Amino acid sequence: MLTVKDLHASVEGKEILKGINLQVNPGEVHAIMGPNGSGKSTLAAVIAGNEDYEVSSGEITLNGEELSEADAEERAHKGIFLSFQYPIEIPGVTVTNFIKTAINANRKAQGLEDMPAKDMLKNIREKAALLEIDSKFLSRSLNEGFSGGEKKRNEIFQMAMLEPKLAILDETDSGLDIDALKIVAHGVNKLKSKDNAVVVITHYQRLLDYIVPDFVHVLYNGKIVKSGTKELAHELEAKGYDWIKQLVD
Amino acid sequence: MAFEEQLDLSSPIHEIRTNSLKQFEALGFPTKKDEAWKYTSLAKLLKNDYSIFPKKETTTELKDVKKYFLYDIDTYKVVFIDGIYSPFLSDTTHDGIDVCLLSAALTKDKYKATIETYFNTIAKKDDSLTALNTAFTKEGAYIYIPKSVVAEKPIQILHFSTSEQGPMLLQPRNLIVAEENAQVQIFERHQSLVPHQVLTNAVTEIFAAENAIVDYYKVQNDLDEASLIDNTYVAQKGKSHVSVHTFSFGGQLIRNNLNFYQKGEYIDSTMKGITIIGDRQHVDHYTLVDHAQPNCESHQDYKGIYADKSVGVFNGKIYVNQIAQKTNAFQKNNNILLDNTATINTKPQLEIFADDVKCSHGCTIGQLDEDALFYLRSRGIPKREAKGLLTYAFANNVLESVKIPALKLRINKLIADKLGVSIGHDL
Repeated sequence: MLTVKDLHASVEGKEILKGINLQVNPGEVHAIMGPNGSGKSTLAAVIAGNEDYEVSSGEITLNGEELSEADAEERAHKGIFLSFQYPIEIPGVTVTNFIKTAINANRKAQGLEDMPAKDMLKNIREKAALLEIDSKFLSRSLNEGFSGGEKKRNEIFQMAMLEPKLAILDETDSGLDIDALKIVAHGVNKLKSKDNAVVVITHYQRLLDYIVPDFVHVLYNGKIVKSGTKELAHELEAKGYDWIKQLVD
Repeated sequence: MAFEEQLDLSSPIHEIRTNSLKQFEALGFPTKKDEAWKYTSLAKLLKNDYSIFPKKETTTELKDVKKYFLYDIDTYKVVFIDGIYSPFLSDTTHDGIDVCLLSAALTKDKYKATIETYFNTIAKKDDSLTALNTAFTKEGAYIYIPKSVVAEKPIQILHFSTSEQGPMLLQPRNLIVAEENAQVQIFERHQSLVPHQVLTNAVTEIFAAENAIVDYYKVQNDLDEASLIDNTYVAQKGKSHVSVHTFSFGGQLIRNNLNFYQKGEYIDSTMKGITIIGDRQHVDHYTLVDHAQPNCESHQDYKGIYADKSVGVFNGKIYVNQIAQKTNAFQKNNNILLDNTATINTKPQLEIFADDVKCSHGCTIGQLDEDALFYLRSRGIPKREAKGLLTYAFANNVLESVKIPALKLRINKLIADKLGVSIGHDL
């Protein structure tokens, strides 16, 4: 589904990603772990099409389609979803209006009519229930004054509504208490199928107890330095990132 | 324009008119040399040869104009077509309150005392455009809410223009009086029904007595050929609350001269505005709050969104008299320029002569937040629409203080349409 080949990317002239290779197939869950500043969020942002980052070489393909010319909205239309580490507060736009606009924008890109209001309402209700989101919450301004947990649940709610092919969860566990973490993980697991894939970016192993990865990659200094199965996450948790640093340096 | 020949000599306010005409002739139209008109030129508009006598009433049916009304709620209506009262489209009353025509109030004995007490008493004598309006005062809305009466329905004042006979100058004159403890909500709109050169030079005087509450909403979303000079004067007595919301979304040139005079203590004055324009449209907000007495507040919040080669002007003057201690005066003017060809001139003018006051003012001119833009686009919302949604959000919070829900919804939708955002009603 997603193929990343020798990806180099920089921001403001500083190279952050220094040759990333990654293959994600339908039905798989990949975890990308690594110490702070290793380039995890940059990788997520670059795949999602954030123009703040400059891709100097390498390529990203989604289902065989090269993405370098596609901007953020086109990538979304093709099925890429990024759950933000720090979701942006947008006063004046309600959660409902935001998600309606996004759904219909995606439908329009696929040549479909707007989703009928009745279906939209039903869909919103079901997905809100999945993430235990109160209906009052939906008429609040997007992320404005939300707690950390509410913001992250709202991200996964959007993912549930948009039904992406490839979901990248950037530090979705940060700022979550254990109950919120379980709700979020439950939501992600419910949405998983043999046709979609999830990339979980995390600093800690904790989330991976609930969203169990098929593969774990360790990102360090802009490169994937080690890949393995879920046991690698446990090993990292036990030995700490210094172990990786020693291994590489 | 031979104005004198068109004067009605039999009018009871003949003397006021004659003096105003002299005043206007002495002052002439303002030019860019006048400090108050530095950024707004009337020169182009004044090249037209306006007819100032309304022609006979044209047939306008409700179905042609319904969409300009607040039609989904029960209201009183005073409707004019080309300056002439339309009884068919109006819904006036004398039951407990007076919602009728100024021409009636000017001629009937029972209104004589009110006219003498209020008419042309706060309108600026040395303002040439106000003087011009006064000289030709003929028609407009007259609203009188007696002591302790709450008008149970909002009142709509609508001025339509249909002229097919060349450029037209309309000069409506409204007088609104809310006595002690009275409350009223008013909606005003000037709208041309066919594209034609129309210049409206309107004057509205609003008087709020002790504890009165007046909420005034102006919707300015006219056709590209229409221009409006709106001169609104508000006099407030102790503990009264008056708010004026101005929504400027369309027209060739709009100038809003909005003046608040506080004549008592514990007064609250609110002035809010949303301006969303493009092409070569021009909107100028020129506000004045005269804090003459202690313990009063004023709140100004104007937001502007300018695209293409449009021009915005905001000039907000706050005057605090030396006896007006404990004044709280707040002024905000935030703007977004969507294109680098658009212009905004913003100028706060604070003249403070008291020492124990809280005054704040802030002007911002900015672009949209890039992080927010990426967030929206990452959800599949195209850049153009994402920009629209963010600008919509920027403007929208001014609506929080709109007290008529049906109006709030209408404005909300107008803003969304204007910005190309598909926002329906909330589910």
